[in-house]
Amino acid sequence: MTEDMTQYPLRLEGDDAPMIRFQNVTKKYGDLTVLDRLDLDVAAGEMVTIIGPSGSGKTTVLRMLMTLEQIDAGVIYVDGEPLTHMEKGGRLVRGDAQHLRRMRGKIGMCFQHFNLFPHMTALGNCMEGPVQVLGLSKREAEERALELLDMVGMAEKRDEHPSRLSGGQQQRVAIARALAMRPQVMLFDEVTSALDPEVISEVTSVIRALADQHQLTMLMVTHQMGFAKEISDRVVFFYDGSIEEQGTPDKLFDSPDKERTQQFLSAVLEAT
Amino acid sequence: MSYLEFLNTYGEALIGGSLMTVAQFVLAALVAVAAALVAGLMKLAPVKSVRGIATVYIELFRGTSLLVQLYWVFFALPLFGVSLHKFTAGFLTVGLCFGAYGAELVRGAVASVPKGQWEAALALNLSPARRMWRIILPQAFIIMLPPWGNLMVEILKGTALVALISVADLMFEARQINSATYLSAQAFGTALILYYIFARFTVTPLMRWLERTMARRIGKG
Repeated sequence: MTEDMTQYPLRLEGDDAPMIRFQNVTKKYGDLTVLDRLDLDVAAGEMVTIIGPSGSGKTTVLRMLMTLEQIDAGVIYVDGEPLTHMEKGGRLVRGDAQHLRRMRGKIGMCFQHFNLFPHMTALGNCMEGPVQVLGLSKREAEERALELLDMVGMAEKRDEHPSRLSGGQQQRVAIARALAMRPQVMLFDEVTSALDPEVISEVTSVIRALADQHQLTMLMVTHQMGFAKEISDRVVFFYDGSIEEQGTPDKLFDSPDKERTQQFLSAVLEAT
Repeated sequence: MSYLEFLNTYGEALIGGSLMTVAQFVLAALVAVAAALVAGLMKLAPVKSVRGIATVYIELFRGTSLLVQLYWVFFALPLFGVSLHKFTAGFLTVGLCFGAYGAELVRGAVASVPKGQWEAALALNLSPARRMWRIILPQAFIIMLPPWGNLMVEILKGTALVALISVADLMFEARQINSATYLSAQAFGTALILYYIFARFTVTPLMRWLERTMARRIGKG
């Protein structure tokens, strides 16, 4: 598929430029179109939550931002620069490995199943990126890791391996690990879905503190509607590969315009 | 001649042969590990020709007899200008042969590390080499240790064939004693016991210890 790339700006400029922009982004798996010409902006410091039925493409949005998935059309911008593409001779071409590595440094991600490195302690997990990627000294990296482990309430478990930690504890370490890279954008992909109900609040309270105290831009996919309503600046409802409706949490949860949104929310509320 | 007398007379030769077997085994094991690692990782490479080279190596060494390989390396290669000392030819060939089996263990273990680990390593922006070396291989190592325990015993037993290119290992000494004395039961019986002791009470416990140590290091001990 050849696409006319001249329709996309080489970079986003101006004070009102978003931290993240999806412009006309399409993602397909074979014949299946997961995302269909998606346009979505997220402002710097904004907390946006994506909700929607499974298979609606919401996790794909985060995975494309983390460069875990390639896109089939369109351009994603992060911090004013194209993420999926790069400028070459005055036009946009696919980003090469080096470009992706540079851009990836702006983004951190937490996963549904934590994905901590099992052969490293909590501290080791949090030091790995800073030492191996950012080139920090062991001492600097340890200092930074301990500060973050303390923030997520895991300083005492610093020397434990993931197998000795509960799901909630592992997820908190995973958040500290991602933050240790000092990203500008944090992605939370169903971070409470694999947790026992009684430990969900450990994790949500950490995210809440992050949203309150830091200037991070955050994009979250969740099924915790109460949490989404309370914490988000904006909620986006995905349906079948595109945005069906978006708005402030109060608007979207209390008086949604679209029928599909109403149906989804009443189905979810009934289940909980 | 009683068995005690037999041991008295030929003990020294058998001990010398045993030491040679140990040396051949240790070196062959090192060659096998190195070859398995290289070929196993090459099999996972995105470039087709790289995978192809690994496949040729694996097929060649797995698909033919170790004894023929030994003869090839020791007797036929010199015809092409490559002369190896019998000691080197011995452990190198045994190592390469079992390395071909090990390559499949490496490939399988790396492939069975959960996808989430690759993704987390990528999300942390680790370079491809560091992803493999620091995140994936340590986990793959733990997964493949038990089958490597088997392979190590196979390597030990495989070294007996180097006797046939005149490396003076345990099997070689046993054959020498046999042809000089016709005390077949004593000569080969002792060799049998020594191989068994070495495999059962040295190689296997060592591998088990390694498994336990590694399990403990990831907090599963």
